[in-house]
Amino acid sequence: MTEAAFKSVAAAQRAPTGFLGRLADNDRWLVRAMLAPAILYIALLVGFPFLLSLWYSLTNVTVASPTMQFVGLENFRRIIESGTFWLSLWNTVVITLVSQLLVIVFAHFLAMALVADFRGKWLVRLLILLPWVAPISLGSIGWLWIFDSIYSIINWTARALGLFDPTFWPIWLGQPELAKASIIIVNVWRITPLATIIILAGLTSIPQDIHDAAAVDGAGFWRHQFQITAPLILPITLVALLFGIIFTFTDMIVVFVLTRGGPYDTTQVIASWAYFTGIQGGDLAGGAAISLFLFPVLVAVAIMFLWFAKRAEVT
Amino acid sequence: MNARVAKLRRAGGRAGHAAILVFFVTFLAFPFYWMLITTFKTTQDLQNTEHNPYLFHDPPTLHHLAVLFEDTQFLQWLVNTGLVGIAVVVITLLLAVPAGYALARMTGPWGQTLGVAIFLTYLVPPTILFIPFSRIIAMLGLQDSLWSLVLVYPSFTVPFCTWLLMGFFKAIPRDLEDAAMIDGLSRFGAFVKVVMPISVAGLLTAVIFAFTLVTQEFVYGVTFITSSSSYTVSVGVPTFLVRGDVYFWGSMMGACLIASVPIAIIYNFFVDRFVAGFTVGAVK
Repeated sequence: MTEAAFKSVAAAQRAPTGFLGRLADNDRWLVRAMLAPAILYIALLVGFPFLLSLWYSLTNVTVASPTMQFVGLENFRRIIESGTFWLSLWNTVVITLVSQLLVIVFAHFLAMALVADFRGKWLVRLLILLPWVAPISLGSIGWLWIFDSIYSIINWTARALGLFDPTFWPIWLGQPELAKASIIIVNVWRITPLATIIILAGLTSIPQDIHDAAAVDGAGFWRHQFQITAPLILPITLVALLFGIIFTFTDMIVVFVLTRGGPYDTTQVIASWAYFTGIQGGDLAGGAAISLFLFPVLVAVAIMFLWFAKRAEVT
Repeated sequence: MNARVAKLRRAGGRAGHAAILVFFVTFLAFPFYWMLITTFKTTQDLQNTEHNPYLFHDPPTLHHLAVLFEDTQFLQWLVNTGLVGIAVVVITLLLAVPAGYALARMTGPWGQTLGVAIFLTYLVPPTILFIPFSRIIAMLGLQDSLWSLVLVYPSFTVPFCTWLLMGFFKAIPRDLEDAAMIDGLSRFGAFVKVVMPISVAGLLTAVIFAFTLVTQEFVYGVTFITSSSSYTVSVGVPTFLVRGDVYFWGSMMGACLIASVPIAIIYNFFVDRFVAGFTVGAVK
């Protein structure tokens, strides 16, 4: 007797009774019943607010107003004409690109160092994972103290080592360019662990035969890195990069804690500016319109992910 | 001669390896080391710029931790974080476990597509949704209430955990359930009595992940909550302890350490599973 026949006999003997009994054994409806709650929750708490945000961006809603009026693209016109918008957009792009470039380079070196076995590896792994697991807001506070205008440990150390002139004492978070550099440093610090463990997973999945074959053929260290390893881990490096871009591009916490967008809005990013406009300023419509400028990047990354998912399915 | 070159090269490689590790461990772990030093230093010692800041000039003190626990609402924030975390974990499991199983056992291209679609909603950031949410929460009368967080946080824990669990259930051989069903269990019965007991590791991973996401969340917390007694740790420390002209650096650094290191240690045991979830099948 085939397995299917076994099952049907078993099902017949069991003879489920009642609606729930029949549901528990009907694969098609059971799948739907098990999926429905999660999908409903996501639709209500992600889909619905997103549509609401689209709607708000076309109205004049504020925190206090009980009613709202449709104003068309007025909010977007106002935003595009504002200098702060272009500055925020520029800052968001620069901070994301520079930090993620550094992250990918750093993560490669660190992942390569972590492939080999050595004593105390678990401790090293724990220490390098800390920035990723600790709440960003708390990690950023640690950096707020490191960048402090009077007690900055960076300045003290650099002066003690003779790297800084005795008269040179940079105020990290008080000058626009330095503040932006500080924000980049904190983003690199936070995303590097994630990128490292993702790339490490890629490195360990390369079969040893390939390394052996390359060694037999006489490939040197650099040639091995660039012609063998790098192409093999390119897909997973891209995955790490996509996550890094999403997490940095849409983040407002680092800016919120370090500079609050200051001095004079020069370090504002799209997400933080949306917060200060929409929540602190009470202009919900303006805030919603600003935050929608994050959406195109999100769509682009989502398309890349779909492409990866498809590729993974085929291979 | 050749052997000597090879030996030198190996020594060079080892030194390079060590140098890379030292550089990155310093960069990544230094802020936490610095938190540790700051927590136990007296305020005079911290504020004397003549002193070498790496050393203790006054004996270590527990004063900052005493201030943190006695004069601030830090303990309350820890409790709040724990309560919200537990509630969110329960909701997440109730929704994500059945959904993950259904996706894993769905045949045809539908299962994979739907799974990816659910995962993508995890990438929709709070910074796009927090503005409409602020009004929804106000209309529901949940401002300043921890329930607002309990309601909203599953919107990002459910998508990721569903995806994570889907991968986990896929790895369980179908034969197990088929055998159970031949023995007279219904499909659902086989899921509860056969699949769940051998999935404890996967469920635990989802629990840790959901809880970690709750402790890390900041944007919704700072948007919905304005009274300090309802803060979670990640919101309370940066907003309440920084406000005003006086920075209680010692207490703040202590708070950061206490709230981040224990979770990091637990997370470390499960990290390989998270990576598997994050890499969307790009590693095979």
